[in-house]
Amino acid sequence: MLSYLAQQSINALQLGSIYALIALGYSMVYGVLTMINFAHGDLFMLGAFACMILATLLPVHLPFVIILLLVMVLVGLLGTAIERFAYRPLRGGPRVSAIITALGCGLLIESLTLVKFPYAQSMPPLFNNTIHPFLGLTISTLQILIIGVAITLMIALDFLIRKTAYGIAMRAISFDARIVPLMGVPVNRVISMTFFIGAGLGGAAGMLYGMAYPVIAPLMGVLVGWKAFVAAVIGGIGSIRGAVLGGFILGAVEVMTVVFLPSTYRDLISYSLLLLILIFKPFGILGSPPNQKV
Amino acid sequence: MNSLLEIANLSKRFGGICATANCNLRVAESSAHGIIGPNGAGKTTLFNLITGIYQPTEGTIRFRDQSIAGLRPNHIASLGIGRTFQNIRLCKSLTVLDNVRIAFDSQLDYSPLHALFRLPRSKQQEALSIEQSMLLLQPFGLAPHADQPAGSLPYGSQRKLEIARALALRPKLLLLDEPAAGMNSGETSELTDFLTQIRTEFKVTLLLIEHHIELVMKLCDRITVLDFGQTIADDTPEGIRANPRVIEAYLGVPEDDQ
Amino acid sequence: MSALQNFFARATLWRWPLPILIVAGFAFSGFAPSLLNGYTQFILITLGINVILCASLNLVNGYMGEFSVGHAGFMSLGAYTAAIFTTRWSSGDPNIFFPAVVLGGTVAAIIALPLAILSFKTRGDYLAIITLAFLMIVKSAFENLQYVGGPLGVLGIKPLTTLPWVFFWVVVTIWVIRNLVYSKFGRAIIAIREDEISANAMGVRTREAKIIAFGVSAFFSGIAGALFAHQVQFINPSAFDIVKSTEILVMVYLGGISSLGGSILGAILFTLLSSGLEPFGYWRMVILSSILVGLMLFRPRGLMGQREFPWLLPKGELSHRQKKR
Repeated sequence: MLSYLAQQSINALQLGSIYALIALGYSMVYGVLTMINFAHGDLFMLGAFACMILATLLPVHLPFVIILLLVMVLVGLLGTAIERFAYRPLRGGPRVSAIITALGCGLLIESLTLVKFPYAQSMPPLFNNTIHPFLGLTISTLQILIIGVAITLMIALDFLIRKTAYGIAMRAISFDARIVPLMGVPVNRVISMTFFIGAGLGGAAGMLYGMAYPVIAPLMGVLVGWKAFVAAVIGGIGSIRGAVLGGFILGAVEVMTVVFLPSTYRDLISYSLLLLILIFKPFGILGSPPNQKV
Repeated sequence: MNSLLEIANLSKRFGGICATANCNLRVAESSAHGIIGPNGAGKTTLFNLITGIYQPTEGTIRFRDQSIAGLRPNHIASLGIGRTFQNIRLCKSLTVLDNVRIAFDSQLDYSPLHALFRLPRSKQQEALSIEQSMLLLQPFGLAPHADQPAGSLPYGSQRKLEIARALALRPKLLLLDEPAAGMNSGETSELTDFLTQIRTEFKVTLLLIEHHIELVMKLCDRITVLDFGQTIADDTPEGIRANPRVIEAYLGVPEDDQ
Repeated sequence: MSALQNFFARATLWRWPLPILIVAGFAFSGFAPSLLNGYTQFILITLGINVILCASLNLVNGYMGEFSVGHAGFMSLGAYTAAIFTTRWSSGDPNIFFPAVVLGGTVAAIIALPLAILSFKTRGDYLAIITLAFLMIVKSAFENLQYVGGPLGVLGIKPLTTLPWVFFWVVVTIWVIRNLVYSKFGRAIIAIREDEISANAMGVRTREAKIIAFGVSAFFSGIAGALFAHQVQFINPSAFDIVKSTEILVMVYLGGISSLGGSILGAILFTLLSSGLEPFGYWRMVILSSILVGLMLFRPRGLMGQREFPWLLPKGELSHRQKKR
């Protein structure tokens, strides 16, 4: 039983890493624009599809890392384009309009993909997946890769945010977007970069997810997108570390409930637990109440 | 004579920060009472404690001989305490009239069922609401702007609207948080006369936070000085003017005396 | 201004459209079965249900300024309650349709109470997640409840929803919400959206207002669900998922928040586009979502903005020519 639990923990870690990556993309955009990018889940889906296309349609067999980078760049560029043409025009207006536009963009991406790929596709394996024994459990190369890539990306992002000029600018904008331009910060460029990186992370997550669960479909981003939003909020909206924490919690809850209960109860238990967390920590685990000067 | 408002040993701690410490205050009925002090002295916190937005950590607040500490803000408002805010908190996208009507609503008496079927009672009460709210706008010169969004008014008018709105509660005590903020000396002296007028016409006791010392000195019967959340003086304007602790709090101590 | 311009300016203030629309609507819906084919009637019923859904969500998302994504959950509760009532707990004849629908709405309203209480302390995006969790929990609960058929749902529901019934409920919904919004209870709800802290300080009973908003909103979403169940004749948990909630959201913001006229227009636009584009297959969603994005970019505040048709306003309000922005 213990070894079964431990084995499932590895699965939880894998799923959690992927959720954390997506939640990060959400939180980054939220921190900078206070906007919920509902198209994010569909960028995740595009990451998986981009990977599949690159792996099957290209005459050359590219190594994993190259495909990952290509996917991240492609999806990142798309994310930037969406921001530029669909969100930026609405920046001064009511927040909700941008959110609904994001929803619309997401639907557009889904429907275009559905037109091209009406049926689910299978993700070809990118390398030979071997199983390794590890402390009495088994872990596959794929799992190591997924967890490893996810954690690497998160560390890289953390470094980016805390140590680079871009990261500081990004955090400054999340505090007060109006005065930052007065300090010579190119706000539009920083926001574009934020979307590029956020979308890139989402695309990477999609690719990893597709590799872990190799049947991909155009609507796979819908539910995952909402879950990532939940994860970001549970951790505390706008908090990068919170997003990571939320992602891992969500992954753990989802995998672990199936361990103890029939799989049909998964959503019921996970969301009830999440609800409980929000009741006791109304601003997320690492979030803080909005500063209200009365 | 019992004070309208009595605060004793009031303290409010936010984690390690003590915003209000052992504050004592007595506001006499029908008076104008000023609260002054350097920035960060805890003046607005005091207002928030009185109006129920914060709960006190220690101490008592009594209004008309009734303890109000721990009551909800809307309950305290209905007991007769109205207030304005330091950073104007109007419903900016609603009309000027609607802003006042919202405050007047607690005096309307009809049930959801009346509203649902638009029974005569509700219609009559709604007409009353519009009529009384318009009447309140008039002394402030806001009646012509009744249907404009409150956010479109100039700053000074927004401040006036906040006062009109608070008066819709028919309060016995009116808390004004820096009503003269951003005004020049001409506007300030206008406001001083205006507040004196309100005091007599609406029969309210005024308690105001202000930085414009001339206004406070001219308008108020009594002044309390706060510093670091504590009451450091409570006296008539002349007494405050001469009080060394007050001078020290505002201006510091001359170097050679330190 | 010429006499004609004058005429039109005053015409927009007239209130005659309202009673005429209502009478015409009932007459039309009564004669519909003989005038229209089954498909058109189906679309019109869907339209009516969408108007009810849209108006009810508008109360919470528009007038109160929250972002509930869980309203499909209320719809689901109403649908299941009414369906079980007519299929299992009663004979199923048309006379029990009205009580069944009302029961559906009531159950939804009661379940909304805990959500309303949660909204006392939690607002904004965090409340949005709570409503999402609520939706998922309701869906999963029904999936695991064998009594209501689990994932397969309830089958063989009698087609009791007719055009006159739907129109009746549309009128009731708009009427109730309109009268609520232009009363002191409605002003309280709007004040919460604008500035909850100052609303409290002005004596507004915000807790009561939140309960009313969630309760009424859930009630009518439940009604819509009950009508839906007896239109499509079988329901399962997946009919009331996040996609459904998203549809209602889109309708509300498309039409314009805080505007009942907007809700009607948004529902009409969405329903007509949705069904009119059927022949385009997969391209239907492409076109629909492109129109959505385009409309949002063109009119970020929705078709009506935050304004209301004058003929929907109560007489007392109209005399002040309220122009809300």
